Parts: sequence; C-alpha cells; structure tokens
Amino acid sequence: MKYKYLQHTADAKFKAFGKDIDEVFVNSALAMFNILGDTSAVKSKKNKKIKINSGNNEQLLYDFLEELLFLFETEKLFLHDVKDLKIGKDFSLTATIVGDDLGNYSLEGDIKAVTYNDMKISKTNKGYEAVVVVDI
Amino acid sequence: MKLLLWLTFKMKIKKIGENIYEIPKTGKMNVPVRIFASEKILEKIKRDKSIEQGINVACLPGIYGQSIMMPDAHQGYGFPVGGVAAFDVEKGIISPGGIGFDINCGVKLLISDLDRKDVEPKIKKLMNELFDNIPCGVGKDSDLRLSDEDFDEVLNTGLDWALKKKYAVKDDLDRCEENGHMKTADATKISPRARKRGRRQLGTLGAGNHFVDVLYVEEIYDKEIAKIFGIQKEGQIAAMIHSGSRGLGHQTCSDYLRKMEDEFSEIVSKLPEKDLAYAPTDSHLAKDYLGAMSAAANYGWCNRQMIAFKVRKSFDNIFGKVKLDSIYDIAHNIAKVEEYKINGEMKKVYVHRKGATRAFGPGHKEVPKVYRDVGQPILLPGSMGTASYILVGTDKAVNETFSSTAHGAGRVMSRHKASNTFSEEKVKKELEEKNIYLKSASKAGIVQEAPQVYKDIEDVAEVSDSVGIGRKVVKLIPIGVING
Repeated sequence: MKYKYLQHTADAKFKAFGKDIDEVFVNSALAMFNILGDTSAVKSKKNKKIKINSGNNEQLLYDFLEELLFLFETEKLFLHDVKDLKIGKDFSLTATIVGDDLGNYSLEGDIKAVTYNDMKISKTNKGYEAVVVVDI
Repeated sequence: MKLLLWLTFKMKIKKIGENIYEIPKTGKMNVPVRIFASEKILEKIKRDKSIEQGINVACLPGIYGQSIMMPDAHQGYGFPVGGVAAFDVEKGIISPGGIGFDINCGVKLLISDLDRKDVEPKIKKLMNELFDNIPCGVGKDSDLRLSDEDFDEVLNTGLDWALKKKYAVKDDLDRCEENGHMKTADATKISPRARKRGRRQLGTLGAGNHFVDVLYVEEIYDKEIAKIFGIQKEGQIAAMIHSGSRGLGHQTCSDYLRKMEDEFSEIVSKLPEKDLAYAPTDSHLAKDYLGAMSAAANYGWCNRQMIAFKVRKSFDNIFGKVKLDSIYDIAHNIAKVEEYKINGEMKKVYVHRKGATRAFGPGHKEVPKVYRDVGQPILLPGSMGTASYILVGTDKAVNETFSSTAHGAGRVMSRHKASNTFSEEKVKKELEEKNIYLKSASKAGIVQEAPQVYKDIEDVAEVSDSVGIGRKVVKLIPIGVING
C-alpha cells in the first residue's frame, strides 16, 4: 500500500508508507494529489525540477508538499508522478515533478494548504510512514 | 496516558447556564474554556479534538477571559474552528493558526427589490448566468490582469481600490466590516510566493465550501431591525457570497507559521501542536504578520466585492436593471485590535476569530452609521440547501464573548466519509425535491458539501439567540446554489 486516507472532520488526513523516507515523500505527494483527482489518469506531458532546503524531515515534507501546491496553482501543474526524488543529509531535496496541465482534467476537490497538524514521520518495522493533514 | 488525561478533561465539562458550559482552569491553563452549545451540539463537539484544542488555546500566554468555543465548533489545526481568543496587545501573542489559512474568509449579503415570484420561474437561467460569469472551482483564474501598482493598492487599501475602479459603490464600503480597508495593511509583508498565487485569483470563488446562493426571506423575527437592514417583506430575494482571500491568504498563513517556527523555535518545540505557533506581540514578527494578515484581509474583501460585481451584472442580464444593495460583509477568519473592560480596566486586545463572527451591539463606533442604533448585522450561512440567518449583535456579547458569535453550521462529517456515503445523484435529487437548483464545478463539491455533513444551522442560530450573543432577525431559504 502506498498510502491510506484517515478520518478527519473538516480536512483531509492521510498516512503514506515507504521502504525509505524518499519513498514516503513520493507517496505523500500521490496521496495529496489523489484528493484532487486521479493521478494515474494524468499524462506525463510536463516536467518540473524542484530543489528545496529545510531544517528537519517534517519541515522538508511540509515544504515539499507546499511547493507542489504552489506549482499546481501558479503553473497549473497536475501531478502524475515524482521522479528521481533524493533527500540529502542536510535536509535538502531534489526531484522532478511529472504531470500535465490541470485544465485537461476534471478535478474533485481543492486543497488550501498543507498543515503541521498531527504531522509525523516515523520508522516502522517495514520502513517509514508519514501522517499529514491538509486544509481543504 | 494522553487518553486518560483527555477523559479527565471530558469529565470536567460543567454546565454553568442554559446552553453554556465551562471547563475550569486547571494545570497549565491560564483561563477556563467556555463552550456555547446545546446538549445535542455539545455531544457532537465532543466527538473530535476540538475541546482538547480549546484547552490548548487556554494555555497560551496573555489570554484574557476564556478560550471560547461557539456552537459550530469543530476540530481545526492548532486552534479549533469556531473559536475566539483575546490576547493582550502588549504582553500577549498573535497566532496565524488562530485566524486560519483562509484569512478573511467571510460572507457578503446583497438584498434585491425582487420577489421570489419574479425569480423562481427563471432560477435555472439565473444560476447558469452566475455560473458562467463567476470563475469557480479548482484552478479557475480570473479574467482580471492587475499591474503591480494595482495589486499593491488592492492589498493596502482594499475596497477603496474597488470603489476607484468602479467595482463597488460607496454604499458597499459603508456596509462592510472595516469599510473593507484595514489600515494596518502592509503589502511589503506579503511574500512573492503569496503574490504569485493571488495574482490571477481576484474575483474567483474557489472550491470546497465556498458558494454563491440566491435565497428568499422566509421569516422575519424582528420587523423593525429587518427594515433597517433593508428587508421589507417575506419573499424578498437576496444573494449570499461565501469566499476568502484564496491562495494569497493561504500562502501568507503558511509563510508566517514557518517564520514563527524558525524564529521562536524554543517556544514552538514546547507547544502541543506546531500549528499553535505564535509571535509575542512585542516582536517584529508580530508586527509583520499583522501587516500581512491585514493586506490579505483587504484582498479578501476585494475578492467578495468582485464576485458581487458579477452577481449584479448577472441579475441585470436576466431581469433588467435590478437593485441589489449590500446588507453587510463580514470576516470570519481574522484578528482585530479591540478594546474591552477586563477586571475593571480598559484593555486593548488582539481578538482572534477563527470560524467566528464579530457581533458588535448597538452604539459601537465600528457599526455602520445606518445600523448603529440596532447593532451590527451578523451573517450565518447554513449548509447547501438549508436555511441561512441574519442575526444582530448585542451588548451582552461584549462581556460574554468579546463581541463574537458563530459563523455557520460547522462540519460533523469528514469529506472523505461524505464521498463514500453520498452520491451526486442523491444529493441533487434531495435538493430538487426542495426546489433548489444546484450548479457545481465538481462532483466532489456536491457530495462533500451534502447538507448532512454539517451541524443543524437551526440549532446553531438558536444557541446564539438564546444565550443572547447574536439575536435572530431574518431567516433565508435558498432556491439556487453555486458551489465551487
């Protein structure tokens, strides 16, 4: 399982899984964008390289998801997948966002912001998992 | 351990009056928590973490009175939604999480001289016209292209800009909280990212629970006050707009949460939730945030005004020249500097209202002149397909709630669960049976905003009325809904 949605009264909450933190980040991005629509139906027409620096893993996840929302709103980039995601020891991240113009798809919701509410990245016996709440 | 603590809190909810409950000050709490709710509503509030969040707010420095929860309270991030908290302007704090991501999310209500008999036969035509003219849904941009100078003017002067550009008339400014222009705004405190997000969104509705409703007056509880508000008779048609400051406000909240986390890392690391991050009021970051929040609020008022401009145009296109005057425009996610008598002394406080509405009573200098004898209009929107209310502010709210009341129905069911519970067809059919015509930008907008996912607005209005923090004046029923 890449991710699952959890109950939250007003907003959307999900748990993303991965064998390492890099994979947890990719699956968090997929979980977030599947609130908006079906990412598997999105074509790989646009590429966007991103680079982020943060202070710790949770901040980095917040910044990463927020950057995706920023690209979604300002460049209309609807995510299909995240390629070559790498997290450095200094909490820096590089990745290539692959997707298409959101105007080509019917969207099923909006996300106002990523929040720190209940945000947690933890080690499990199978790898890592992250919990994120987004404001919608 | 956490669960055990939580259970003890639950045990300590004391009824102190009709529809008023309190959690006494214990442990790290600086003040008690006060909950305004009926028994039925309290049971719903108890189901999520909102009371725990109310207790967290009561522990913050410089808080006065009580950490207040309204009948529409539900779990937020950091602060509960439906919460009010007042902090000392000198020794207190200002917190972006106490205001919300959608800064100046709020409601504007317009009243027409049309009767439902004139509008009902053409409701589909009208809603289609509104839907075509108002950009709504995810990723829909405005057709407006603003220069840098204009954009700064929107942020710094709010509705003064809209008046200059003829999107508003003077009366719209007179009948708007703060006259649609917070003087504390400072556009230079808005980040380039926030500017970029807000650049093409001025005059767009957005998605989620944002809507434009066409409604009729069903019941008038106080004829005299209703008349002063511009409502003469049952059947009169109104239009209600619910939207906020769009991506610009969301980004501003995110930006400052992060800045506060970085600058006050020591404080934030000790908070039970990071979204409670705050800046002490005497810090430069508190001043910067106030400037940015006020600028985002000005953007929010311009956004609703731009939508109102298009609502007027749409009505004119269908019915010929129609009178569609402002009743009021209120923010329900905002912080304000206000003055209250606390322990016998007049004190200036930052009142944080997150999913709560200002409710000034008669005589207050910030109530528009035309309403000053009776009090400020309060707009209480219901859920899709249910009633909405106009209330009036009271003197009692000054002492009880820092002049505040509820802001709407308040969710009880998650969007995820709603998506799995309701079908688009079922919700549409239910609304059709009530003679409500719905236009939605998305299927999700229909099922996730189904009337059943909210608390009963009648109960919320009743609690506000019975406690006396906002009295019922008019009840409105929708006949057309546009939902993002």
